[in-house]
Amino acid sequence: MIRTPLRPLARILDARQKGENPDVIERENIRQRHEEMRNKTRARAEGRLLVLGLMFFCAFTVIGARMGLMAASEPAEPRHRGGGAVISAQRADIVDRQGRILATNMETHSLYAHPHQMIEPVRAARALVGIFPELNEEKLTKLFTGKRKFVWVKKTLSPEQQQAVHDIGEPGLLFGPREMRLYPNGSVAAHILGGSRFDKEDVSSADVVGIAGVEGFFDKELRDPARQGAPLQLSIDLTLQSASEDVLYSGMKLMNAKGAASVLMDAQTGEILSMVSLPDFDPNSRPHAATQGHPDDHPTFNRAVQGVYELGSTFKIFTSAQALDLGLVNPDTMIDIRGPLRWGKHKIKDFSYYGKELPVTKVIVKSSNIGTARLAQMIGAARQKEFLEALGMFKHTPVELTEASGGKPLLPKNWSELSTMTISYGHGISTSPLHLAAGYAAIANGGRVVEPTLIKQPKPKPGPQVLTAASAEASRAMLRLVVKHPDGTANFGEVKGYAVAGKTGTADKPKPTGGYYDDRVIATFASLFPAHDPRYVLIVTLDEPEVMALGEQRRTAGWTAVPVAAEMITRMAPLMGLRPQVEPEAMAGITLASQ
Amino acid sequence: MTDMVYGAVPVQAGEPVLPKWWRTVDKWSLSCVLMLFGIGILLGLAASPPLAERNGFEPFHYVMRQSVFGGAAMLAMLITSMMSPLLVRRLAVLGFLVAFVALAMLPFFGTDFGKGAVRWYSLGFASLQPSEFLKPGFVVAAAWMLAASQDINGPPGRLWSFALTIAIVLMLALQPDFGQACLVLFGWGVMYFVSGAPIMLLVAMAVLVVAAGMVAYNSSEHFARRIDGFLNPDVDPTTQLGYASNAIREGGFFGVGVGEGQVKWSLPDAHTDFIIAVAAEEYGLVLVLVIIALYCAVVVRSLLRLMRERDPFIRLAGTGLACMFGVQAMINMGVAVRLLPAKGMTLPFVSYGGSSLIAGGIAVGMLLAFTRTRPQGEIGDILRGRGRL
Repeated sequence: MIRTPLRPLARILDARQKGENPDVIERENIRQRHEEMRNKTRARAEGRLLVLGLMFFCAFTVIGARMGLMAASEPAEPRHRGGGAVISAQRADIVDRQGRILATNMETHSLYAHPHQMIEPVRAARALVGIFPELNEEKLTKLFTGKRKFVWVKKTLSPEQQQAVHDIGEPGLLFGPREMRLYPNGSVAAHILGGSRFDKEDVSSADVVGIAGVEGFFDKELRDPARQGAPLQLSIDLTLQSASEDVLYSGMKLMNAKGAASVLMDAQTGEILSMVSLPDFDPNSRPHAATQGHPDDHPTFNRAVQGVYELGSTFKIFTSAQALDLGLVNPDTMIDIRGPLRWGKHKIKDFSYYGKELPVTKVIVKSSNIGTARLAQMIGAARQKEFLEALGMFKHTPVELTEASGGKPLLPKNWSELSTMTISYGHGISTSPLHLAAGYAAIANGGRVVEPTLIKQPKPKPGPQVLTAASAEASRAMLRLVVKHPDGTANFGEVKGYAVAGKTGTADKPKPTGGYYDDRVIATFASLFPAHDPRYVLIVTLDEPEVMALGEQRRTAGWTAVPVAAEMITRMAPLMGLRPQVEPEAMAGITLASQ
Repeated sequence: MTDMVYGAVPVQAGEPVLPKWWRTVDKWSLSCVLMLFGIGILLGLAASPPLAERNGFEPFHYVMRQSVFGGAAMLAMLITSMMSPLLVRRLAVLGFLVAFVALAMLPFFGTDFGKGAVRWYSLGFASLQPSEFLKPGFVVAAAWMLAASQDINGPPGRLWSFALTIAIVLMLALQPDFGQACLVLFGWGVMYFVSGAPIMLLVAMAVLVVAAGMVAYNSSEHFARRIDGFLNPDVDPTTQLGYASNAIREGGFFGVGVGEGQVKWSLPDAHTDFIIAVAAEEYGLVLVLVIIALYCAVVVRSLLRLMRERDPFIRLAGTGLACMFGVQAMINMGVAVRLLPAKGMTLPFVSYGGSSLIAGGIAVGMLLAFTRTRPQGEIGDILRGRGRL
């Protein structure tokens, strides 16, 4: 490029000669040069503007094309208006040990309203109240005519109700599909199953979460999609559960008790075959938590697991078994039972006078507090503590229920010698009936600790040995005698053919203000059967039983809990396939013929 | 002097304002803008009743407001487009100064209307967003500086305009209003590009933007979530974006029918940021393509008209205004079709909003004023220009 100098010498000299101003030439040259520069920029700008225009054109074309593509594709899925993400609510079923359904899911619909789409909100509210009498017409009308855009009406509908709502013909009433939890057996196993409720819910589905019992404990597992709907199998047997509820309920009514609990446990595995707490409830409509009254009296309270009571004389067998195990006594060792046994300010008395001394077996059969306390003195506090702790009496049961942690045993703060003596006959220590069942299972199975469980176990899981098989067997013999012996406290517990062994316990109920009631008791019968080859442990507890018998008000377990337990065994043993061991009597009226 | 020499140019002293305006204004762009505004009212009829219902007004409350503001905006646009570029420049620079001060005062006198960012002045009957008015003023002021730097012995306008841009971007980012900040930065970048930026610098800037984006992605959770949501092919149907995509799909080619759409009941921003989804659902692809064509026509036509413009200031200012207008529409629609990550940006003239309507009217008015046919320098240029067009 040839650039003209701003002041070309030849022209400057020429101009000077002509007397002109040479600066004009310079200015003219500057102007030309600037013009040239501007032309160059303009040409460049033209090109760049063209590029910009093309870019915009392309960008808008792309957006238009993308819009076209999207418009041409189908909507991702036909979703309900206002619907959100689909919540997969497939919750695994719960079945009993035979695979029978305890809890399952059912397709149902929720009912909600879009007031802004309603044509006759007032009529719709009136018609809805006609279908669901529990709704409040005034409130509904207010909701339907108000500013809200969305109103839940009912969380679950039956098909008949749904049809009836359809027939109202109101376009602003809409249905949302959802799964609800169904307990087809009603109140059977209510406390074990617990219950569930809707958690995250929208119009297209709802999350079901367990809030109590097994449903609460295994909530995560039941909801885990990786399970692929594999049912949760419990150790419960639906038939046994139903029979025991039936009998226990009749027994509770008969004995005028305000509550009752029972536990039937497999002594080898710790599996709970049936567990009842009365009064109960229907998990399909679980009652709200107690707002008034004592929470222990609320139907949702699980007496078998959460209820910690002083279970009285049922504990005596632990004392005698330990004394035998330690070699301190043998079943025939005579124990001094002269009373009252004084310890400081305290007096330990027996229910009635049993003589001056009794052998250990009779101490159990007659249920002598003094005799048991003497045995406890021989054992001492440290060894007693160790033994009871090994039986699992010191912490809540490991059973798979959300409520289990609520059943924490009450122990003396200071395990004095007096505590040792009272605990030997079941006072001063409060445990749940389930704790007691686990303790009796150890005696029944030959001295091994079991962990109570609600899950079906493929094979027995032998726990640590806390008693020798021999001392367990000797203890069982004593327990059998308690039932078999005409003087035994549980002689009403004999069930022909099933050799019941057990121990009664009657404990005064503590007053909430301190001290004990003298007319309210917890009556317990802890039993195992059949005594010669114990397979099952049954605990029956009645709360405040009272019965008129032989012209007397009777509250002791022998008159209340024992007959109930006997009836339960009578009903349940055949259901479990236990063969009765009937001693061969004279075959009356039957003649064996050889031909 | 010029009149005598270049008499062939259709400019005569003393010609009445209106006929002269009608003769020289870009009638195509003007009609496109008017049509966009009409579509905005039409969509407002569909999209704003849910909002009115939520806020307890009669159904067409916001349509009425939109019409009033729209009328004002159209008036502002027409008046502005009748001004001479010189007058536009003077008023715009004055307006820019006022808006700049207003923006700076926001943290002290502004309100956030409970939305978390202080962007508005509450005037009682209406709210005012100074950044909307700042944008056209800024474009003009920056274009003036850039153009001045091309003069002999001119000021260092590039540097000045760059410093101004950075100041405004920082102020907007602090509100925070990253969308407007990006628009301002983009507007300046485009003008700088047209005014002759070195290619190397442009490449470096592109690298810088990518780096800044990565820093923002790593440091801001809000920002990162949006990007993740954009990159994730399965859009969560409960997000605004999910609703918008589904609405576009529901609409198909011819829409579900006037007033039959559902998306407006679910989307809180159906009348502003996602109005295109309402359009797609109720009127289908047809209307959406019309809207896109209208924006495209305004932008591309304006840029082509500016190509033959000799005056560097007019060229730059017009470029900035047209590009900002186009890019705002592009981002809004790009978000709805998931070509761009979610960023709240209104659709000029179509979305509801008083400030944005009037500011948009003024901006387009300026653009129309700059793209008017006017005498273009030497006869050779004119001939060359005609040859090209």
